[in-house]
Amino acid sequence: MVENRHRGLGLSDETVLAMYEKMLLSRRIDERMWLLNRSGKIPFVISCQGQEAAQVGAAFALDRDKDYVLPYYRDVGVVVSFGMTAKELMLSGFAKAEDPNSGGRQMPGHFGQKSNRIVTGSSPVTTQVPHAVGIALAGKMEGKDLVTFVTFGEGSSNQGDFHEGANFAGVHKLPVIFMCENNKYAISVPIEKQLACEKVSDRAIGYGMPGITVDGNDPLDVYGAVKEAADRGRRGEGPTLIEAVSYRLTAHSSDDDDRIYRAPDEVAEAKTKDPIITFGAYLKETGVLNDDLEEQINKRVMQIVNEATDYAENAPYAEPEQALKYVYAEEQGGL
Amino acid sequence: MAQMTMVQAINDALRNELKNDPNVLLFGEDVGVNGGVFRVTDGLQKEFGEDKVFDTPLAESGIGGLAIGLSLQGFRPVPEIQFFGFVFEVMDSIAGQMSRMRYRSGGRYNMPVTVRSPFGGGVHTPELHSDSLEGLMAQTPGLKVVIPSSPYDAKGLLISSIRDNDPVIFLEHLKLYRAFREEVPEEEYTIPLGKAAVKREGSDLSIITYGAMVHESLKAAEELEKEGHSVEVIDLRTIMPLDVDTIIASVEKTGRAIVVQEAQRQAGIANHVVSEIMERAVLSLEAPVLRVAAADTIYPFSQAESIWLPNYKDVIETAKKVLNF
Ligand SMILES: Cc1ncc(C[n+]2csc(CCOP(=O)(O)OP(=O)(O)O)c2C)c(N)n1
Ligand SMILES: [Mg+2]
Repeated sequence: MVENRHRGLGLSDETVLAMYEKMLLSRRIDERMWLLNRSGKIPFVISCQGQEAAQVGAAFALDRDKDYVLPYYRDVGVVVSFGMTAKELMLSGFAKAEDPNSGGRQMPGHFGQKSNRIVTGSSPVTTQVPHAVGIALAGKMEGKDLVTFVTFGEGSSNQGDFHEGANFAGVHKLPVIFMCENNKYAISVPIEKQLACEKVSDRAIGYGMPGITVDGNDPLDVYGAVKEAADRGRRGEGPTLIEAVSYRLTAHSSDDDDRIYRAPDEVAEAKTKDPIITFGAYLKETGVLNDDLEEQINKRVMQIVNEATDYAENAPYAEPEQALKYVYAEEQGGL
Repeated sequence: MAQMTMVQAINDALRNELKNDPNVLLFGEDVGVNGGVFRVTDGLQKEFGEDKVFDTPLAESGIGGLAIGLSLQGFRPVPEIQFFGFVFEVMDSIAGQMSRMRYRSGGRYNMPVTVRSPFGGGVHTPELHSDSLEGLMAQTPGLKVVIPSSPYDAKGLLISSIRDNDPVIFLEHLKLYRAFREEVPEEEYTIPLGKAAVKREGSDLSIITYGAMVHESLKAAEELEKEGHSVEVIDLRTIMPLDVDTIIASVEKTGRAIVVQEAQRQAGIANHVVSEIMERAVLSLEAPVLRVAAADTIYPFSQAESIWLPNYKDVIETAKKVLNF
């Protein structure tokens, strides 16, 4: 038997199973999106595959009733853990009116759900980073006990918005967790052509905060790091930069052909570390999961995904006139 | 001659200029190994090497600043901004720096940069992947703004843009990238910047337009012809500087004009064209000059796109108002 690591982190068997289920749900939603895209039913997919452990591990370490998340486009695992349902994600995939993210006004993957403190982001990468800093400053000024959690890719960590946001948070010791999901590529450009430093976490020193690199394929490793960062933030000790290293298991998006720029064996090698498989194996080795339970979880998840797909496929699109609304303040409120 | 799409014609122009001038450099996000997310720079890194055609880190402000530094040392940079909606990240480099370097240095420095970028709607990509932001550029003295409407023009205009000694914003309409092929000479040729093209001659009405709206306007002109109206269609090709002479000559001939743009109605190029006509040719007019443009809202979701974007029917409707005034 392998060592039980979750107990040491204060995680019960039920909680790690819940984490596994969220990871699996994220994966199955994403896989379904690809099928729907390839059959011409939804316009675009940008995947979480390979990054679910980092996303779910991090989200579970936050206070999911209080904290704010500013996810980037791959973070299905973050948003499902913060309360967004499969149905809502599918509505977003089909760009239907009822989609709480933006009712089709933005591409799928541009998450936002005010009721769950998932803050609306947009297409230009890294713009969410200083927003997270602003929310943290507001929280501090109002004496609220909240942490903001913001994610971005390693390529995106080159944008000025990352550096400017991190610096402000460092200067003002704000409770922000900056988590870089390092999946080794920014579309076609490998990390060696993106960053001169060895690790994204090396960037933390410039902004007076701790920087740590964790195994993004291991939800427990990520959980531990984010938990500690959240505790530091709540104690008023300032921000943390966490780099979760994994791999992008799919092409960049449904519009990309990754065979042009990366070797199939590299992808095959990464698949051996697929967090869905490795975490499933860990749970079995520690006696938390068995074949029966696994089958039950799989069935449940597939049913959720199927129902969500059917619902979203049959839901109406927005009326075209809706496009003229919400440019300025109006009588009726927002989404 | 070969039949080329606009993507191929642009690729061909870039290849021509890389061969022609050792100072030409291509760079941007995913332009190297990947050949650009729209395959515009396909094969160029392989052919000219990583020193001439290279991927940058994901940071547009850095791309713009790099182009400025290279220009100061005599290079001729051709950076790509992956989608023009991301121009906001590099706005200072373009509008605050590149456009003003010649002025600031009293003519000692110049910026022979050509910023290439896809823009425009009609391919079901939501906001920031489809906006028409050319008005922001056109309001900036020091920049030239070029928008081709066909593969042939794209090649000739891009070669001229790269050879131009001032910064040029070269905008490639997403919907036109692969919309059609046409004959494009394999040898080099240039089309002067600042010169509009009369795409179709007519005597009753002038339609002044650019970009993807050229095709909607031509279609409208054909329909109107069937009803006995002779319509002239002018493709501005360069929206800054504007070819005022061609516009005025046409309006003086026809006495009626409409201006068609894909961008929102507020501010924008159409307003500028209308003002030029009012200032120079008001006495030739038989009717008010009207505009066809998108609503003053954010670029919409996919299902509203075909209604929101101006099309040939909108052009016909507005043309008739002016013709029947
Ligand atoms: C400001 C800006 N520039 C360019 C793009 C186009 N783009 C979308 S995703 C992406 C690569 C992002 O790479 P990385 O930050 O590593 O995140 P990953 O997609 O690998 O998760 C690029 C260039 C964009 N969305 N925003
Ligand atoms: Mg990446």
